[in-house]
Amino acid sequence: MSGLTKKFVALAGLSAFVAGNAVAAELTVVSWGGAYTKSQVEAYHKPWMAQTGHTIISEDYGGGIAEIKAQVDSGNVTWDVVDVELSDAIRACDEGLLEEIDHSTLPPAPDGTPAADDFLPGTLHDCAVASIVWSSVYVYDTSKVRNWNVPKTMGDFFDTNAYPGKRGMRKSPKVTMEFALIADGVPVSEVYDVLGTEEGIERAFAKLDTIKDDVIWWEAGAQPAQLLADGEVIFTTAWNGRVFNAVAAEDQSFEMVWDGQIYDLDLWVIPKGSKNVEAALDFVRFSTATEQLANQASWISYGPARASSVPLIGTYHDNPAIKMADHMPTAPGNFANALQNDFEFWADNQDDLNERFNAWLAQ
Amino acid sequence: MNATQPITAADGTPLKKKLAQAMFRSKLRAAGLVAPLLAFVLASFIFPIFALMWQGVHNNTFERLMPNLTEELRVWDGLSEPTEEMYTLLVADLRQNRADKTIGRVASRVNQELAGTRSLFTSTARKAAKLEPPYRDALIKTKKKWGEIKVWQAMKLTNQSLTPGFYATSLDAVYTVDQGFIMKEEKRQIYTKLFIRTLMISGSVMLLCLLLGYPVAYLLATLPLKYSNLLMIMVLLPFWTSLLVRTTAWIAILQSQGVVNDILVWVGIAADDSRFSLIYNMTGTIIAMTHILLPFMILPLYSVMKTIPPSYMRAARSLGATPTRAFIKVYVPQTIPGMGAGGLLVFILAIGYYITPALVGGQDGQLISNMIAYHMQKSLNWSLAAALGGILLGGVLILYWAYDRIIGIDNMKLG
Amino acid sequence: MLDGSDPFVCFRNVQKSYDGETLVVKNLNLEIESGEFVTMLGPSGSGKTTCLMMLAGFETATHGEIELGGKPINNIPPHKRGIGMVFQNYALFPHMTVAENLTFPLKVRGMSSGEIDEKVGRALDMVQMRFFADRKPAQLSGGQQQRIALARALVFEPELVLMDEPLGALDKQLREHMQYEIKHIHENLGVTVVYVTHDQSEALTMSNRIAVFDDGVIQQLADPVTLYEKPENAFVAQFIGENNTLAGTVTSLSGGVASVTLDSGDAVKALAINTDGKGSATQLSVRPERCVVTPKKKAGLSSLKGRIEELIYLGDHIRCRMTVAGNDEFIVKVPNTADQLGLQIGAEPYVGWQTDDCRALDVKDA
Repeated sequence: MSGLTKKFVALAGLSAFVAGNAVAAELTVVSWGGAYTKSQVEAYHKPWMAQTGHTIISEDYGGGIAEIKAQVDSGNVTWDVVDVELSDAIRACDEGLLEEIDHSTLPPAPDGTPAADDFLPGTLHDCAVASIVWSSVYVYDTSKVRNWNVPKTMGDFFDTNAYPGKRGMRKSPKVTMEFALIADGVPVSEVYDVLGTEEGIERAFAKLDTIKDDVIWWEAGAQPAQLLADGEVIFTTAWNGRVFNAVAAEDQSFEMVWDGQIYDLDLWVIPKGSKNVEAALDFVRFSTATEQLANQASWISYGPARASSVPLIGTYHDNPAIKMADHMPTAPGNFANALQNDFEFWADNQDDLNERFNAWLAQ
Repeated sequence: MNATQPITAADGTPLKKKLAQAMFRSKLRAAGLVAPLLAFVLASFIFPIFALMWQGVHNNTFERLMPNLTEELRVWDGLSEPTEEMYTLLVADLRQNRADKTIGRVASRVNQELAGTRSLFTSTARKAAKLEPPYRDALIKTKKKWGEIKVWQAMKLTNQSLTPGFYATSLDAVYTVDQGFIMKEEKRQIYTKLFIRTLMISGSVMLLCLLLGYPVAYLLATLPLKYSNLLMIMVLLPFWTSLLVRTTAWIAILQSQGVVNDILVWVGIAADDSRFSLIYNMTGTIIAMTHILLPFMILPLYSVMKTIPPSYMRAARSLGATPTRAFIKVYVPQTIPGMGAGGLLVFILAIGYYITPALVGGQDGQLISNMIAYHMQKSLNWSLAAALGGILLGGVLILYWAYDRIIGIDNMKLG
Repeated sequence: MLDGSDPFVCFRNVQKSYDGETLVVKNLNLEIESGEFVTMLGPSGSGKTTCLMMLAGFETATHGEIELGGKPINNIPPHKRGIGMVFQNYALFPHMTVAENLTFPLKVRGMSSGEIDEKVGRALDMVQMRFFADRKPAQLSGGQQQRIALARALVFEPELVLMDEPLGALDKQLREHMQYEIKHIHENLGVTVVYVTHDQSEALTMSNRIAVFDDGVIQQLADPVTLYEKPENAFVAQFIGENNTLAGTVTSLSGGVASVTLDSGDAVKALAINTDGKGSATQLSVRPERCVVTPKKKAGLSSLKGRIEELIYLGDHIRCRMTVAGNDEFIVKVPNTADQLGLQIGAEPYVGWQTDDCRALDVKDA
């Protein structure tokens, strides 16, 4: 447990004492760590603890549903709320690993719009409630002087003649294959149709072949910013919030290219058999309210999953000069050529494509 | 005394029996002393290994969760058109799985055999309650894939709980209903390549460790105590540093803007715009792993060398051998037990390594254990992970056996 | 043996220091003739093994010359000196069979395999170990390993063999047996042997000459009889065999005989071997077997009154501990004859010896 978290626990314990709340629960909330978890702690955990007198223990994990599955299967569930990706949420729900969440209990928008209508399309599921929209983009470092035209399109990422040098990419077929097709001229609306065919897969690998020798593959979310800052690569794909954080908090001069961005959701789920289901549900409802989602956006540049939160988005928490709305994946200027990750396609094809992707890597 | 008559104790009972009686109590006590550890090892090591190995050949997800369809699939020949009866039983099972929230497990299992079927099962199950007979037409109307024979063949394969399929996959083959085992096409082969690469990298790391560790161990064994103690601390230092810290340090040193490349550019060996790729490839994996595993080579070597008195070398020289010849013919052969122990230790540790290759391996420095970790943690295909692990374990046992045949396990000395 | 020609091995003003502060070997001069069996005898730390190692080439002399066959060998590495060596722990190569151990020195000399087989066979016969040729050293007893080590040191027919306490690890009976065997092999082969031991009886049994070492200096170099009968200083007298000492002062010297007044006040005569002249302190040395116990003073002998403290019956003789002239550790070996059996503890007979058997030597501290 980090020192910061301990402090929250102490703080919450104190407030619980003051409130005289006799049934304070201890909730374990699991997320991806780093700047992202910090934004959740600031926007969700602290206010919720102050309001209810419950305490939250914050844990980090690296994604996937292996740990949830292990906990549920063994009957020893220690996680109460988990932040997962969409395809994992769907899969875990199908496998009966998650508690169902009744959408009608979610708080309505301030103007009274029911939650089911206020949440963006595709963000509410049987077992999961989305909190943010995040995006995979590619990024370069403007502080390194190079004589090239400013890269603008996904095609530029794959153009080794105009932009010679190493590129960082996530070692996963997901996003990588979509990027390849977009760069090869497939319109974003047709990417998954093309990728669903054998020829489409071949086409994506063929495009990747053109840069294979120039790619450094990364796996952890913190790596791309490091690779770029170290000058190991000229471009790297990255998660937009991490890049924003490197710019806003660490003064890196990174610039994102939004063309061909692939956006995805992060959702709250509650593992089946959680010992604090009621408190967990309460936390999920609280944190996905309009105000909290808008608050989180002042800590990291991930877009809120509710339409009613968008107008409330303010400035970066310690720098009023940064208007957060401009940095969201969903900002009009960024959203022109965007693709939503197709969780169903990946649920079906992840294992197979991953095997082919690894085979391709090993060639 | 007649040789054919058993020797008896003073009271007439056969001596052997008497001895066994006398020994029984002490044996019982010895067994009692060992029992707790034995139970612990059985429960925490042997049993899990066998349980996991069992998973590599046995996966009853489908059979267990699709109880209606399973019998029918077993008798189906796998080639003829599926009957309406089969479709009806399928719908019944889908409904039940939807209600039990177990459809995802069935879907994942079938998807392992045939990519693209997970959503077929999950989305159909969602609608299964509303389907009306005749079910064949209703299902095909929902998703036309249900009319494809290969979906049914995939179900027949997954219905077979005891299956060689995972081992086949581990060796880049496919187990099919009608044609038995078929090798995958060249560009889709991955696991055999990784197995071979794992052996090659482990072998290289072992040889490098031997080359680098031998002189150090020799120094350790021959230097005066005050210097050798200092050297020993330096050898052991990596043990006291976290694996991640060490690996990260290698990244800082070896990357293209790192210390080594900076020096090479400064000296003039490399041009600034064509720096060496020392990391995120096989070179990086070998360098980092050699560093991490070096102590495992040095320590057994040292413990063997320590026991070799200097008089052997002196004897060899007094008999007329040059220092080099004395070293090769007399000293080196006596360190074979240490080389064997260190080599085996390093090799076995190396083929199981996955954190270091994951961090510094790039695309051509990945080992089979990275694949096992992937299937354990990400794809959740534990059966395939178990099969891959089983092959790795088998490989280690074969090596161990070969080592025993060639050098002799009694000759191994760990410390 | 000593024919006046150049010595085979020669140490000339050799000094050795390991730390640059103290000398382990101080100005050593030693000449060994070809075919001689010379033993370096001394307590541990006396410098004898260092001398041997300098001769073998494993230590370098800090100063001085070492010559072998008339040529200086200071700068010749050990493997070119052609010296056979037997080590304290045998140093048989554990990964080789007995035969391979013996083959080793021949192979490095590039001999043909026929020649090698013949020499190895002969060497094994010499130590009666032919049937053990295919065994590993670990499968042999200590005595057998010792024989193989000996055979290996001799198989390439060196002219000089060095032995560094080769029998130290064997039990008493086997050790005595091996002493004779080594002695016989030396006599049969005519090879020169330099032998290091701290066991004086071993040295006396085997050697032509013995160099007694103490404190980095050769105290006396002589054949066994001379060494025992005529020790030149108190250290040698004490180190070789048993010895009674009496402290006193020289009162006069005449014709090689010193008159000495003992610290107890008694006056005796002794051969003046190593004294600083009249008025100097001296230590008298008398062997226990050269003393007689008589009820009265006997003419022609130096006699002192003593008191019997302890009697130990040893069959062939009786070991009689007495107090004589203030020394209560004075030992007399009384032959087991009928008339001497009347000795009683507490009795006060006379102890006497010939003047020739009493040697006035230097005073050794401690």
